[in-house]
Amino acid sequence: MSSAGLTTGAQAIAAAFAGQGRAALMPYMMGGFPDMQTSRRVAEAYADGGADLVELGFPFSDPLADGPVVHAAGTAALRAGATTHEVLALGRALAERVPVVAMVYANLVIARGLERFADDLAGHGISGLIVPDLPLEESDGVRTACDAAGIALVPLVAPTTPEERMARIGASARGFVYAVSVAGTTGERAALSEVFGDIVARAKAATEVPVAVGFGIGTPELAREAADAGADGVIVGSRLVRAVAEAEDPAAAVHELVARFAQALK
Amino acid sequence: MSAVEHRFGPYGGQYVPETLMPALAELEEAWVAAWADAGFRAELDGLLRDFVGRPSPLYLAHRLSEVAGRRLYLKREDLNHTGAHKINNAIGQALLARRMGKRRIIAETGAGQHGVATATACALMDLECVVYMGVEDIRRQAPNVQRMELLGASVSPVDAGARTLKEAASEAIRDWVTNVDTTHYIIGSAVGPAPYPALVRDLQRVIGDEARAQILEREGRLPDRVIACVGGGSNAIGIFAPFVNDESVALIGVEAGGEALEPGRHGAPLTVAGRPGVLHGSLSAVLQDEMGQILEAHSISAGLDYPGSGPEHAHLRDIGRATYLTVSDTEALETFRRVTRLEGIIPALETAHALHHALQPADSEVDIVCCSGRGDKDLAEVLGQA
Repeated sequence: MSSAGLTTGAQAIAAAFAGQGRAALMPYMMGGFPDMQTSRRVAEAYADGGADLVELGFPFSDPLADGPVVHAAGTAALRAGATTHEVLALGRALAERVPVVAMVYANLVIARGLERFADDLAGHGISGLIVPDLPLEESDGVRTACDAAGIALVPLVAPTTPEERMARIGASARGFVYAVSVAGTTGERAALSEVFGDIVARAKAATEVPVAVGFGIGTPELAREAADAGADGVIVGSRLVRAVAEAEDPAAAVHELVARFAQALK
Repeated sequence: MSAVEHRFGPYGGQYVPETLMPALAELEEAWVAAWADAGFRAELDGLLRDFVGRPSPLYLAHRLSEVAGRRLYLKREDLNHTGAHKINNAIGQALLARRMGKRRIIAETGAGQHGVATATACALMDLECVVYMGVEDIRRQAPNVQRMELLGASVSPVDAGARTLKEAASEAIRDWVTNVDTTHYIIGSAVGPAPYPALVRDLQRVIGDEARAQILEREGRLPDRVIACVGGGSNAIGIFAPFVNDESVALIGVEAGGEALEPGRHGAPLTVAGRPGVLHGSLSAVLQDEMGQILEAHSISAGLDYPGSGPEHAHLRDIGRATYLTVSDTEALETFRRVTRLEGIIPALETAHALHHALQPADSEVDIVCCSGRGDKDLAEVLGQA
């Protein structure tokens, strides 16, 4: 492991979490949705609206962890011709404004080759990598490649994760731990406040890096509740992707939404 | 070391969201305990005998043998209750779910045979059943949709992608992630994250165990070849498994050649042998593009219309123990009609792929073909092609 490399992405992420004195806001966007050009404007709008980090989704044909909104966005992005290469380029531009964490399904990483994919991320200034279908047992190779390239491999924990397993995942974490708030796929949900406390407390006890909560957070109020429950970061995905899908001016719509989420976390 | 195989050579594994990992561990533990439990095995064997109708016959198909110029035996899984091998797995997994206290069952289906088998097992054991099925498959396999609904299952249409088996399996996994506390996912083939490929193989192995004993009794020798169609590959791995150590027996898996061996026009990931990839939770032979996007498969037969394959098949291919090749849509259709006329058996279109290869010239005296299912479900599709 190259310790100089290891610190690069993780340090950028750590600074983004530490800089606020409050929970960091990490909006998710689907790279290339609805098309590359609009997607680049959406990325700018996230940064303008007050994102502390951005989770950048790479479209994949078979996104098992995603609910209907993000799934449809990925399908549309691929239909519009989005490629891994172009989404990486979008990431490079965005990374000049805020730290970027890539959200990439395992097969895209494996198809490129673990080392080459990690190097691609680093070469585009991207700080971290989340692979939603790569549990601890399958992650050694990717983590080694990411460590060597200075990319933080961010693991996920779920409400179903038992304590002992959570401790092992927490110890393997780079950058932050992504705590999934509910069993299920991505998507907005009405009430979550009761589950935040439990998953956040368990995840924080299991790791030394920050804990960000995601899945289901669709309103500024829920974001606030996640922060109040002790989350170091709040991830907002489907609500914003839906806005991109529905709005006449997607960039303006997500700018306003991101600003409202940021305001709620102040 | 794991209690059941997680890897077959480099293939297999558990590429699933974290939420499912504890459920897979629970499933593996329950499966190992059940399989070692004489009471569970006795109940399963009793149902396979009295409800499914096992053992299925090993039938010397005289007229096909004449055409082939060798003795050609059919392992008659088409005579099972519900008309295919799928029931062997569905009954076993439904028993397991009941033992685990999971009262809700989900399944994916392509041709509808696994959906019908699962709906049947759920009716038998009074379990709630939801079957995910692509809209295109609902169209081409209408009789099976009606059967599932009659059996009390709810058929949930999947409108994503090419609206076939791949999307149905993805949607079933999403349901499982959401309802994992109450729900068991009865996967229909020897695919998916560990422990499924080994679990499904062990439940389908009854096909090969019976066939091996039957051929020894009938012929006093092992067959030269065992031939089966491969979508995900559950009937094939079930009949191959007991013959793997019999080195004189050639194991041949027949994939869907579709319209042509070009991207998007076939269902033959093992034959085209591209880079391995991850689909539905395991690493195996997969149809994908340069970036790693999974490609749509194509086959006239809904059960073979799948871009992935069981990880153990990929391993058997790599070590040279089994051979995989293709039969096209046209050839399968022609053999479907030919076998029906010659032998009085209407095979499933999936099975017709294996039969077509078995009828080609070969240096063999005794073959066993897994007659994995019957073709009543395919009549509309076949007659529509006329």
